[in-house]
Amino acid sequence: MYQTTYHRASSVDEAASLFAKGSESKFLAGGQTLLPVMKQRLAGPSDVIDLGRIKELQGVELSGDTLTIKAATAYYDIMTNADVKQAIPAIAYLTSVLGDPAVRYRGTIGGSIANNDPAADFPAALLALGATVKTNKRSIAADDFFQGLFTTALEDGEIITAVSFPVPAKAGYEKMRHPASRFALTGVFVAQTKSGDVRVAATGASQTGVMRVPAIEAALKANWSPSAIDSVTISANGLLADIHGTAEYRANLIKVMAQRAVAAAR
Amino acid sequence: MGVEGIGARVVRKEDKRFITGKGRYVDDIKLTGMTHAYFIRSPHAHAKVKKIDSSAALKMPGVVAVLTGQQLVDDKVGNLICGWAITSKDGSPMKMGAWPAMAPETVRFVGQAVAVVIAESKNLARDAAEAIVVDYEELPAVADMRAAIKPGAPQLHPEAPGNQVYDWVIGDEGAVNAAFSKAANVVKLDVTNNRLAPNAMEPRAAIADYDSAEEHFTLYTTSQNPHVARLVLSAFYNIAPEHKLRVIAPDVGGGFGSKIFIYPEEMVALWASKKVGRPVKWTGDRTEAFLTDAHGRDHITHAEMAFDANNKIIGLRVKTYANFGAYMSLFSSSVPTYLYATLLSGQYNIPAIHAEVIGVYTNTTPVDAYRGAGRPEASYLIERLMETAARQLNVDPAQLRRTNFITQFPHQTPVIMAYDTGDFNASLDAAMKAIDYAGFPARKAKAKADGKLRGIGVSCYIEACGIAPSKAVGSLGAGVGLWESAEVRVNPVGTIEILTGSHSHGQGHETTFCQLVAERLGVPISQVSIVHGDTDKVQFGMGTYGSRSAAVGLTAILKAMEKVESKAKKIAAHALETSEADIVIENGEFKVTGTDKAIALPMVALAAYTAHNLPDGMEPGLKESAFYDPTNFTFPAGAYICEVEVDPGTGKTSFINFVAADDFGRLINPMIVEGQVHGGLVQGIGQALLEHAIYDANGQPVTASFMDYAMPRADDVPSFNLSHTTTLCPGNPLGIKGCGEAGAIGASAAVINAITDAIGKNNLEMPATPDRVWRTIHAA
Amino acid sequence: MSTVKLTVNGKAVAVDVEDRTLLVQLLRDHLNLTGTHVGCDTSQCGACVVHMDGRAVKSCTMLAGQADGATITTIEGIAKGDELHPMQAAFRDNHGLQCGYCTPGMIMSAIDIVHRHGGKLDEATVRTELEGNICRCTGYHNIVKAVLDAAGRMKVSQAAE
Repeated sequence: MYQTTYHRASSVDEAASLFAKGSESKFLAGGQTLLPVMKQRLAGPSDVIDLGRIKELQGVELSGDTLTIKAATAYYDIMTNADVKQAIPAIAYLTSVLGDPAVRYRGTIGGSIANNDPAADFPAALLALGATVKTNKRSIAADDFFQGLFTTALEDGEIITAVSFPVPAKAGYEKMRHPASRFALTGVFVAQTKSGDVRVAATGASQTGVMRVPAIEAALKANWSPSAIDSVTISANGLLADIHGTAEYRANLIKVMAQRAVAAAR
Repeated sequence: MGVEGIGARVVRKEDKRFITGKGRYVDDIKLTGMTHAYFIRSPHAHAKVKKIDSSAALKMPGVVAVLTGQQLVDDKVGNLICGWAITSKDGSPMKMGAWPAMAPETVRFVGQAVAVVIAESKNLARDAAEAIVVDYEELPAVADMRAAIKPGAPQLHPEAPGNQVYDWVIGDEGAVNAAFSKAANVVKLDVTNNRLAPNAMEPRAAIADYDSAEEHFTLYTTSQNPHVARLVLSAFYNIAPEHKLRVIAPDVGGGFGSKIFIYPEEMVALWASKKVGRPVKWTGDRTEAFLTDAHGRDHITHAEMAFDANNKIIGLRVKTYANFGAYMSLFSSSVPTYLYATLLSGQYNIPAIHAEVIGVYTNTTPVDAYRGAGRPEASYLIERLMETAARQLNVDPAQLRRTNFITQFPHQTPVIMAYDTGDFNASLDAAMKAIDYAGFPARKAKAKADGKLRGIGVSCYIEACGIAPSKAVGSLGAGVGLWESAEVRVNPVGTIEILTGSHSHGQGHETTFCQLVAERLGVPISQVSIVHGDTDKVQFGMGTYGSRSAAVGLTAILKAMEKVESKAKKIAAHALETSEADIVIENGEFKVTGTDKAIALPMVALAAYTAHNLPDGMEPGLKESAFYDPTNFTFPAGAYICEVEVDPGTGKTSFINFVAADDFGRLINPMIVEGQVHGGLVQGIGQALLEHAIYDANGQPVTASFMDYAMPRADDVPSFNLSHTTTLCPGNPLGIKGCGEAGAIGASAAVINAITDAIGKNNLEMPATPDRVWRTIHAA
Repeated sequence: MSTVKLTVNGKAVAVDVEDRTLLVQLLRDHLNLTGTHVGCDTSQCGACVVHMDGRAVKSCTMLAGQADGATITTIEGIAKGDELHPMQAAFRDNHGLQCGYCTPGMIMSAIDIVHRHGGKLDEATVRTELEGNICRCTGYHNIVKAVLDAAGRMKVSQAAE
């Protein structure tokens, strides 16, 4: 790891001002991605601003049909939260298969989506549920937030404060784990909104990161059942290919995981 | 057996320090004034090193020195050696390319060191390493064996035209050709044995400490065989004569073969310690482990098996290409030859076998022995062939094996090995019963109704262990003898220290070796301690690999024990005024048979050391040593059967059941033996389903971390159903065969046989990843 | 450089470290608590797991500064004098370790698993929960047995307290 200066912020405003003072600052939430990258000297921030202990970034709120998860809430606290389990059990499930137990204690929803790893789980949930990302400056719709591999709509120094999810009628998530890293080789989140709309998002599959899957959305809108997806064809064009999965295999997984997610949806 | 004697499930003596965090591994050790080394490694698979500019690095904080490969040459430090000479079929010796510990001129694999920074901390060393500018001239590289042997391929070593290390043959080609000419059926198979990274959980590490006044070095290192390390460092690398070099292998966090070898890093640490006048520590990280620990396996093989009309095998023809990577590692040459081709008879009566093995250089990490070393490759090939044959001949795979089992012992195979004993039907019976083989068709049908593909796979392995008779391996080209030594010290108070040349890095020697003493003397194991892993304490030893520590190392202890007992009996008889022949040893006492007269071991020991009243002419003291050289290999064997279910939607394999019936001869501690089998099975399953060390065409490693190289985790593997059948090994007095590698040797074929049975297609390479299985299911 | 204040195995400590120091480096290099190991660079193997404020975390994937003010328990801190923690005893009694290198992290993770699941553990759950701990020696068979055994022992010892 390169030399760096560590700061622990006690408020979002303090974090923003600490960030602005550093020449090449980075925010640190749970650190489960940033620290391994820093250890390999693939990142060398001058200043690391720790958001992990900021009280206003912790917790879950359920208000009417909106579930709000504060950005620095750890996966474990999301997974075990009664409101999450009651309002959107698919998020609780997603969190339970994300990383390993030690990672779940440290990793945060804000850290995950700010990093936007193409194989991360949470971006699929945000996109499929039509969530809104709240920052210290504005609100950003999930459709606009994710902009490709490791790229988001966040501006330099902008801090995610929370994510708001509209509570769906039904939602489900299934993933095939990458055999080595245990990230999503392909994961699919399916959601049926209370107004009857259907949104489906796949992670781990596309060369451009998390993506909607319109063909499956259309099939499920017509008939919300696993068998509705049987006749859908997913093209392998533009899908990731590596030693653990060809593009054709990932295309297949999008279908199979979507079917299983629908079957599991609650 | 006593509660702590042979055959008892004694919990391990060594565990307390490990479960309380008091283990002492190399990286846990700090020496006063210690510096830290960080190696600058080639990012290229093949390149000329034109210039190394360390001027900026030398000015950085905490930097003590920057040392390069050219300085190694200037100081006449020797190149790395390969200790087993193999002769090609044309009579020429194997072609050895020079391997300096840091490359002065040419790098031949990604990760090869060119220089080292010595600094006050590891972080500072790494900071400085980034300021060192190495000017490389890239050369064309080749990582694929098939490409490397083609005309016009990039050449690695001028000594090895065509990148060929050797072209070696074994067996009677004429007899094999004759067998094939009269065959009723011929079964052909091409298999790839995937390259693996050993990945002991403790990365390699070394601390070198030079004492200039005594001109003496101490090396703490992660070694399976510290004496061999000292021998090689002294005799070949000119580091120091043996009496001026102490090698200590303290607690070592797993080896699996990868810590047999003497690596560049410990050589450089020793040399650098003298140069900078301070202790030098190097601790590898996981990426360095992937880049520089010797890899395993990596064969491409075409094989043909000839059967007569009664489904009896009459001939076997094998041609194997073995990838050695960029350099010949310490024992690499023996792995695909004498540890592989000599096991190609498997458990079967095969009258004629011929094998040709072509060793190939590529721009990849060197390949050497990894758990099983040659024998997993042989077992996988034979057991895949038998399964393929059963499918082609339309007979039950278990029955085809029975038809061909060797049932008479001793049995001389056509490929050197003389199997001493075994009962292959017994282990297959036990495995088939344990898995309810007869009930499988019904289970398969039920799974099919649930949309799952169910399969069953058999693997009957045999291995040659207890390596090995020194005279035999010497005649085959080995540079060392493969005996073991032991010393038994009975202290004046009657406690016992056993000094052994074996090294425990997880195998539990501190417990099993004590059990032998408990068995013979009837003393509690708390009164016995095992001393190993230090060349200043143990005079010499060959170390632990090849499942040899019980069969060879423990037998050496037995031989020394017998000498101690003999002397102690004389002392006891003298004290009890009886004849030596009337003395028996029971419960820590020397008793006169048929009487209640007895003298306890501590009193005998005290008598030996006070020497006030010893038999006339007897030397004082109670300490004996022995060197034991086995008369033959040992031949553990067994039958593994697994039942799997494949998810046709994802290609993912799940285990329904995995049974293993092994014949290891006598078991000293069944609990520890079972643990060895569990671990071996998971390494075999890992090879079959998950693990593959991959390079791209230019020699860049694709799998250099746990993010890309799939290690078996708890939820990838099942619990196991183990059993034992027993034929005692006639080659050693305890009847032990060895158990350390069996699981890794036998498991992978069982898994692939089961998956191919489930999906109804015979051709499937390892690792059978979900993607690969899914594509195979859906291939036209 | 910063001063990091921690309670480690019941003892208050203050350590001056470079800001880039990882928690595992603070424990091993500065406090000589070498029972916590490093087995990989990518937060996969779990040899470095310790408890921070009662939660099992990977100490190689935390800056020491992030742990400032926290209570840390390492493998050296779970036995009560000569009395082993039930998880330690279960690993020994079930031969749940061989080379011992992954063992401290395994034990610290396993204690956390039992704390979260109580008596409702079964083999499949234990295997899933051990996802973040890699062992190369045991094939996991006896580790799984040890965790299940310890879950029973911990229930009993809790009931006794």
